[in-house]
Amino acid sequence: MFTLRTAKWLGVSACAALLAAGCAATQRSGEVPQSAYAGGKLNLGTAPTTAEIAHYFSYPADGRGLPSGSGSYAQGEKVYQTKCLACHGDKLQGTPLGDRLIGGRGTLVNNSPAKAPVKTVESYWPYATSVFDYVKRAMPFNAPGSLSDDEAYAVVAYILGEANIVAKNEVINAGTLARVQMPNRNGFVSPDPRPDVP
Amino acid sequence: MKTQDPYDNEKTRRKIEAMVEAEERYLAALRRERLESEATPLRITGRRTFLAAAAAAAGIGGLPRIAGAAAPPGAVERPVPADPTKVQGTPTNDDGGYGSRSQFESEARWRFGTPTKESSWTMTPLEHGMGIITPSGLHFERHHGGITTIDPSRHTLLVHGMVEQAKKYSMADIHRFPSISRTMFIECSGNGLTEWSKPTLKTVQGTHGLTSTSEWTGVPLALLLRESGIKPGAKWVLAEGADAAVMTRSIPLDKCLDDAFIAYGQNGEAIRPEQGYPIRLMLPGWEGNTHIKWLRRLEVSDVPYQTREETSKYTDLMANGIARQFTFVMEAKSVITFPSGEMKLPGPGFYEVTGIAWSGRGKITRLEVSADGGKTWADAHLQGPVLPICHTRFRFPWLWDGKPAVLQSRATDETGYVQPMLKQLTDVRGLNGPIGSIYHLNAVQSWAVAADGSVTNVHA
Ligand code: HEC
Repeated sequence: MFTLRTAKWLGVSACAALLAAGCAATQRSGEVPQSAYAGGKLNLGTAPTTAEIAHYFSYPADGRGLPSGSGSYAQGEKVYQTKCLACHGDKLQGTPLGDRLIGGRGTLVNNSPAKAPVKTVESYWPYATSVFDYVKRAMPFNAPGSLSDDEAYAVVAYILGEANIVAKNEVINAGTLARVQMPNRNGFVSPDPRPDVP
Repeated sequence: MKTQDPYDNEKTRRKIEAMVEAEERYLAALRRERLESEATPLRITGRRTFLAAAAAAAGIGGLPRIAGAAAPPGAVERPVPADPTKVQGTPTNDDGGYGSRSQFESEARWRFGTPTKESSWTMTPLEHGMGIITPSGLHFERHHGGITTIDPSRHTLLVHGMVEQAKKYSMADIHRFPSISRTMFIECSGNGLTEWSKPTLKTVQGTHGLTSTSEWTGVPLALLLRESGIKPGAKWVLAEGADAAVMTRSIPLDKCLDDAFIAYGQNGEAIRPEQGYPIRLMLPGWEGNTHIKWLRRLEVSDVPYQTREETSKYTDLMANGIARQFTFVMEAKSVITFPSGEMKLPGPGFYEVTGIAWSGRGKITRLEVSADGGKTWADAHLQGPVLPICHTRFRFPWLWDGKPAVLQSRATDETGYVQPMLKQLTDVRGLNGPIGSIYHLNAVQSWAVAADGSVTNVHA
């Protein structure tokens, strides 16, 4: 360990190396002494195999990396009834155990504390890729990550069909998913406008 | 068929009621405990004795216990000798080598009454906090898929995506990196969500308990990323946890290269399981949800991933129907923890008002207290250490004349930002339903002190 400890005191600024990596190099906290580290790599860790990396997934809105496979509304209805209905309700209306998944369009513009907006996949979610990503990673809640890609595509086709976002005869796959226009696609702003009060 | 309510009023009402009930259960336990302990002499010295005596009628400051349990959580029940100087005490190291707290101390986190225990949260009992550190076992929690159990010898962190060289780190690898320690707060951006439209929860644990401070130890993320080398065009890093929610958030690369770090230590020992054992992503000053627990993967990218937690959740819906996205920073905030909701002052006279202030943008530079509902303000004393992005304890001497009063605290941080009043926030953001835009409520908190000394949560 002594080499690493002494590395901290080599006095060579790491800022150059960090700047090369696009670092703002500002020491905001005064507690993260990045400039105290020697530049250059420490050559720690190992190179993962392609298979190890392929084990993971995350699908941004442009749909890159989506898996092969596909699913229809009809197939999704079966998946939904056996694996989702118990918590999300027979009409996707939600139960105390799981969120409501459809409805709520037109409730987002509201300035009354007496009316709670209805935020669902149909009314609120800006991207269909997020639904596939989330269902594949975290649902069903009692068996997370257990759906096949075909099942995940199918149940998304079913939810989007029930939400009147895609036609019930449309097949959802890597090609079609990212092209789905969600009703609230333009409902979000960033960057953060705060501070927003004087 | 019953037509569905066009708004989510029923669901929201249920949600708020569940929170009120959870707090009420905790308070009821406190009251029961108080009745049971009334016969015994005061057992705690210092401030707690005072609180216990002062609050007897209101039933706070007591010792809630899990029904039927011999000792409070984290304590071991031992016989109490009549005269401790006449018998030997407990044998040394009989606790197996890991200590426990006194059997007379039993403040605890309580869980919000969410329908599932896996997607739920607990609150830190701020009313009893001392100094600035939250004991690890009282640090608030928010889980979306329960607390996962990870064997560190099998845990790895993968760094890949738009990098020159993908890397995999074992825990042993991570421990070989140069390390840092940093005392800082983590606050859930949902802290106070029940309080947007009317005062709802009774105690400061309920209204503000989703913030805690620990000393965290780990590796600057910039060092890990430097090992891989970042490709031009990269702007975001996806962080992923190894829990059942496989929690994911997209983090701007600038933050990752600035002050982000990966913590394996908390308050001098390994990070607690419910805080992300064996490693957690730390993003000083940013909303708690971005501090991905059980961290297993970092994917460098040119775009954010639009994950569920940065679209469906953790976005702030304004009255105009547009939601703010990527609202990361926790703005300056403060709260008086003594006196606070459900306490009772025994009578007019001297009180030391105390509380905590914090800002995700840096140090707290000023804390003002008002005892007249904001008409006049006076500077409180900031107790050192005053650290950036960290709970800061303040103290304020107050002579109560016995008349009804409204106590408030207002923080200013080193950027000059002044903690706003609730109305300032809702004037800009609107009030889109009973819980408004849910996240990032950092308004001034008001505690009303009645002539009989009882303290309640009010909007003033
Ligand atoms: C055991 C109950 C349960 C089952 C079964 C279940 N879910 Fe869920 N679902 C939940 C809970 C609980 C949440 C919220 C999790 C959280 O708080 O993070 C949720 C959240 C969701 C969400 C996100 C809602 C939003 O607006 O953020 C979607 C989409 C979803 N589930 C789809 C499904 C699908 C599709 C299935 C079947 C394959 C399924 N769920 C099965 C309990 C369940």
